[in-house]
Amino acid sequence: MSKIIDDLKYTDSHEWVRIEADGQVTIGITDHAQDLLGDIVFVELPEVGKQLAVKEVIGVLESVKSAEDLYTPVAGEVTAINELISEQPELLNNDPYGEAWLFKVNLANNNLEHLLDAKQYAELIAE
Amino acid sequence: MGKKTPLYQIHIENNAKMIDFSGWDMPLHYGSQIQEHHQVRSNAGIFDVSHMTIIDIIGCQARKFLRYLLANDVNRLQEPGKALYSCMLNEQGGVLDDLIIYFMNEEHFRLVVNAATREKDMAWIQQQAQNFSVSIEERSDLAMLAVQGSQAPKKLLAILPKNFQNSVAKLKPFHATWNESLFIARTGYTGEDGFEIILANQIALDWANKIIAADILPIGMGARDTLRLEAGMNLYGSDMDENYSPLEAGLSWTVAFKPTDRDFIGRVPLEIQLKHGKHKIMLGLILQAKGILRNHQPVFVNEQQIGEITSGSFSPTLNTSIAFARLQAGEYQELTVKVRNKQLVAKVVKLPFVRHGKACY
Repeated sequence: MSKIIDDLKYTDSHEWVRIEADGQVTIGITDHAQDLLGDIVFVELPEVGKQLAVKEVIGVLESVKSAEDLYTPVAGEVTAINELISEQPELLNNDPYGEAWLFKVNLANNNLEHLLDAKQYAELIAE
Repeated sequence: MGKKTPLYQIHIENNAKMIDFSGWDMPLHYGSQIQEHHQVRSNAGIFDVSHMTIIDIIGCQARKFLRYLLANDVNRLQEPGKALYSCMLNEQGGVLDDLIIYFMNEEHFRLVVNAATREKDMAWIQQQAQNFSVSIEERSDLAMLAVQGSQAPKKLLAILPKNFQNSVAKLKPFHATWNESLFIARTGYTGEDGFEIILANQIALDWANKIIAADILPIGMGARDTLRLEAGMNLYGSDMDENYSPLEAGLSWTVAFKPTDRDFIGRVPLEIQLKHGKHKIMLGLILQAKGILRNHQPVFVNEQQIGEITSGSFSPTLNTSIAFARLQAGEYQELTVKVRNKQLVAKVVKLPFVRHGKACY
């Protein structure tokens, strides 16, 4: 069974979103996503300062067997990327909700209604 | 639901991620294909390769038939147990399949062909055999295991019957030996030392469990693919098919043009290709940037496309991406490959990339 964290928001493309105390959001991929991909060996992330539009392709996750586009679940400006992931992409397989967060965004608006809660995401991946 | 090998239970017990592979339910990996890859390079692993098709060619004209059917020359097999790698070609010289052939005795040769090409191969072989005194028997009663890795020989030998150990220990590469229940060949698809074992379906599960108990861990099809890629070994359907000759798939060494009076299917078009020398070639590429080379990505020299990737992946041993590419004839040192929306530089190297756990290009 894939792990799902209760207080995160999710997307149907298997990203998670955490709203931080300072209003920024942190984005990563779910345990289910890393399980589908298999061993992840290469990650391309957006540059800090880049303006993102919702659902835009902003990078790539490549496992040994396939390449998958990385989407942004929210609109806004990239404020940080996890440099550690470029060096150790395998962290995404080991700790997708923790050490292997991908990037942080300063939200362009507060429109997060399109995101799923943990229960909705659990139902989605159970299908 | 696909066909299940006799080892299906082992895959499930070991939490394999199962995939469809040419109609068979096969394990992709048991957790991490990269760890499994390293396990084979540094230690030992067991692969279920029971999906592969085993065909016995029996009869007094078996040798004569195979010298006509195959591009490599079965006359290179003179002592029982000797194995040979060969392509089977169509009339145009295109590769119908690649296979290993074992010489059992003068009236019995054994072929191991790919799972994906089983029906096509059987039909072709039967059609070509019409004018020869041979019978063609598919051996679906047999399973096949590969035990591969630097520590594989030592670990496997320890669990074989005492009176069989010596003949297995003495096997040279591309030689096989057998007793009443096990056929063991020193062959493989990983670039490591090891064996391929052919045995009855009924005893395959017991033997696989015994092998795993000897600390030879189960390895999935995912690692099998990265191991063979590092070892410079072709995959049928990706690196070769009916549209290309062995010369265009890096397999010139497997075509026996001598003796010149041996007539084999596909000989004439191959001789023409060889004479003109303008056929495509296959090379190894190592990516010089971050990213992953994938099948069908276009390859360029000076902004002109000269071919494409036939097999590309991540090399766990080299910790970078490697690939085979089929290109226009020429001398190349550095090329670019279009990876997603970028042109990335790749270095051309002589295959294989890895031999016995070490980079060797």
